[in-house]
Amino acid sequence: MVTAAGLAAARVVAAAVPDPELPMLTVADLGILRGVAAEGERLVVTITPTYSGCPALREIAHDLRHRLAASGFAEVDVRTALAPAWSSDWITAEGRRKLREAGIAPPHAAPARSGPVPLTLTGTRREAVVCPRCGSAATTRTAAFGATACKALFRCESCREPFEYVKEL
Amino acid sequence: MTDDEFAAYQSLSEETEDHRWAFGTGFTDPLEGIDASVPDGVDAAALTAYCLALGDDALIYSHRLQQWMTRLPELEEETALANVALDLLGQARMLLARAGQAEGRGRREDDLAFFRDEHEFRSVRLAEHTDADFAELAGRLLVFSAWRLALFGRLAGSADPVLAAIAAKGVNELTYHRDYAAQWVIRLGDGTPLSHDRMAAALGVIWPLADELFQADPMTDRLPGVAADPADLRAEVDAVLDEVLAAATLDRPHAAPLARVAGRSGRDGVHTEAFGYLLAELQSVARAHPDATW
Repeated sequence: MVTAAGLAAARVVAAAVPDPELPMLTVADLGILRGVAAEGERLVVTITPTYSGCPALREIAHDLRHRLAASGFAEVDVRTALAPAWSSDWITAEGRRKLREAGIAPPHAAPARSGPVPLTLTGTRREAVVCPRCGSAATTRTAAFGATACKALFRCESCREPFEYVKEL
Repeated sequence: MTDDEFAAYQSLSEETEDHRWAFGTGFTDPLEGIDASVPDGVDAAALTAYCLALGDDALIYSHRLQQWMTRLPELEEETALANVALDLLGQARMLLARAGQAEGRGRREDDLAFFRDEHEFRSVRLAEHTDADFAELAGRLLVFSAWRLALFGRLAGSADPVLAAIAAKGVNELTYHRDYAAQWVIRLGDGTPLSHDRMAAALGVIWPLADELFQADPMTDRLPGVAADPADLRAEVDAVLDEVLAAATLDRPHAAPLARVAGRSGRDGVHTEAFGYLLAELQSVARAHPDATW
């Protein structure tokens, strides 16, 4: 049996696993760790992908098994939950603080949708993305996609530095 | 390989804190840990064929985009289209894995992607088209992503919970793909006289391939509540295309649909000449080294 204390310890270990692509954030900060539960002797950890093709998910599963095994959990099941789909709204306040500290602008709130998705025909945004370095709101998007699927590229017109923005999704 | 080299490779795969930085490109089932059962009352054979078709669209389209890598005009387009290709590949992996589950014969995503022949691929012919220039790339991606977004928006409510979850996730991704393509079509169409003419010419090439997206598919009739009727998507897609074309100062091309072959087309496994070459490249490594892992 996994005891209540054991489960609490497992949650701490699982929550501390870093994201391979944003290593300053943990899977808990990112909101992709969906649950840690006990099923008899077995520990069941549920994670969710940020994007369909996210190559990090497999590495995260591997890391979870490895770290939990090192903490004495012999039987660990890592399960994927696809629904509900991950939203950038699930990034915690702590996660957003760490992103800013690392020079990455955290996402705005994801758009609420019902019915057909409206087109966005210009790169101009309703809410300004604030530069994480100097705090200026005078920024320009230079590319809708960055080095990973979850980020876009911006440039600050005040301090002239380029920076990444985690896209709202 | 010498013993020393072999030992070096072995150490790379050791279970260490840093394993993920050095090694670990193996793939596991993208639907690992998800309830694989087919809901009661759903035609499993039709669900298999339907997921294969949607998975093949994404797999083939993704490969075409991957062929553009290192050849795009700017680094920003390179990263953008690599990400679009990756999203589509992710959708393909989940859809092919779902097809394998529904089929129930133990075939995995790799078996379906790498060990089927041309006539077994059910992708639309739009997916295999070779873009002659960046205008064709943008125009084709606009048509494909506008259609797929409209389709996935409906499939997010599918009676198959796995298909519904894959589609709901895809909606978020396809929204970015469609916006990206739309913004390029507008920039080129409403640009210089030269870019306008080339964008118009590209749409003339792409348009004949669009009709197939809305053709009736017998599989969807066998999947009430699970699949979406292709004909139902036309109004939503047309509205999007009209909005983009108007902003791009482009006219909707008057082009006859690409002819079917004895009444058959991509969904029936009948493809254009370009398909065989694409498939040969896509499958060559897996077929040369079956069951290889790395």
